[in-house]
Amino acid sequence: MLRRIVVVGASLAGLRATETLRDRGFDGELTLIGDEPHRPYDRPPLSKQVLQGTWEPEQTFFRRKDGYDALALDMRLGVRATSVDLRARRVILADGTFADYDRLIVATGARVRNLPGMAPRVGLLALRGLDDAIALRRELMNASHVAIVGAGFIGLEVAASCRARGLQVTVIESLPVPLSPALGSTFCEMVAAMHRDHGVYLRTGVSVTDVFGESRVAGVVLSDGSRIDTDVVVVGIGVTPNTEWLEGSGLTLENGIVCNGCGEAAPGVYAAGDVARVANRWHGDSPRIEHWTNAVEQGVHAAENALAGPASSTSFSSVPYFWSDQYDRKIQFVGRARPHDEMVIVDGSLADRRLTALYRCGNSVVACLAVNQPRALIKYKKLIAACVPWEAALTATAAS
Amino acid sequence: MKVVVDLGACDLHGLCVEAAPEVFEIGDDGVLHVLIETPPDGLRAKVDRAVRECPTGAISIEE
Repeated sequence: MLRRIVVVGASLAGLRATETLRDRGFDGELTLIGDEPHRPYDRPPLSKQVLQGTWEPEQTFFRRKDGYDALALDMRLGVRATSVDLRARRVILADGTFADYDRLIVATGARVRNLPGMAPRVGLLALRGLDDAIALRRELMNASHVAIVGAGFIGLEVAASCRARGLQVTVIESLPVPLSPALGSTFCEMVAAMHRDHGVYLRTGVSVTDVFGESRVAGVVLSDGSRIDTDVVVVGIGVTPNTEWLEGSGLTLENGIVCNGCGEAAPGVYAAGDVARVANRWHGDSPRIEHWTNAVEQGVHAAENALAGPASSTSFSSVPYFWSDQYDRKIQFVGRARPHDEMVIVDGSLADRRLTALYRCGNSVVACLAVNQPRALIKYKKLIAACVPWEAALTATAAS
Repeated sequence: MKVVVDLGACDLHGLCVEAAPEVFEIGDDGVLHVLIETPPDGLRAKVDRAVRECPTGAISIEE
């Protein structure tokens, strides 16, 4: 019988796991452990509404209306889990306390990667958590020029928010185009042009070799020898899964916690969200996925299987989905594209920055990209989930 | 239960349509429509899922 379930990680995946456990009738002890002092909050608004100043940080908190009473959680915030003893079924915390479990769900997420070899200093920031967003917003209030290292989605959203604040913005990207070449170089070039049209100085094909300034940041040096004077540097070059606390536990850790299709990393131990590598039937492998919806789906899935037990567990099957809001454009992507997949625009155009594109791998449609065309994305997601052949997807296009 | 959608917050991600197609639909007008405002209890799990999966927290349930 299940009496105690412990969830480590108090962000989206962990929260959704606890909610699902209660929804499904689990009435035993439920512990939620988080290393940040904050109650669970939503990350997507951090780079947009919070940075732009249209939301106060409190508006990102989940369950602002419902509160936490109904979940009856033993919520331990501001304390880090430092290890787990799988045999004793016990999580050890940094303050010397522990939490015993019958089932464990690990959702410890990921943290930002720092620029290698750069000493910390005032004005050199990253954006991952709520405190990061508050600190960055404070810096932006007194800044006139911001340099952003990394033209991934987070870097570009920060760039758009900084432009909305009227700041001068330079984005530095070591690849020849922003975002990922797998999305298609023509689309990446469209995004580059959009940012340039909004006044962003986009430097591609160069990397940051040094950050200069005494007590605080004064600028960066690039690999082509040029120097950019700036008040603030924001680093967005990716994340690392938080698995160090599990080293030596017996769990398999390879760029995340390796799980089977049921989200199980060891008997009674499940993982979900950015830290997890759950075997995904749709994918055919076990990617680590950093998307918002993935955290929800795996949090729910882990909770359901933790209650069901191995004999009644379901396997995970999901088509990855993410979105990004930049200026007045909503970029949505569903599926998985790789660098050599063919991208075909089936509606709209790059020139209008309003389009729907499908990605072809062999004879299958494997992904869909939509810019300001949300309805198209919903339609194609169904086809991608069903692995329909390429011709059938195009027929569906013609019929719509 | 009564399904309430904050159309000001809705961002047309369409995840609710996927979770509970009986209850949610995005119309030709490009607006989310609630097809059944008071769904039967049999749809509870699906509606719960729609609430949990909405990226903007636009859907709520009033008992």
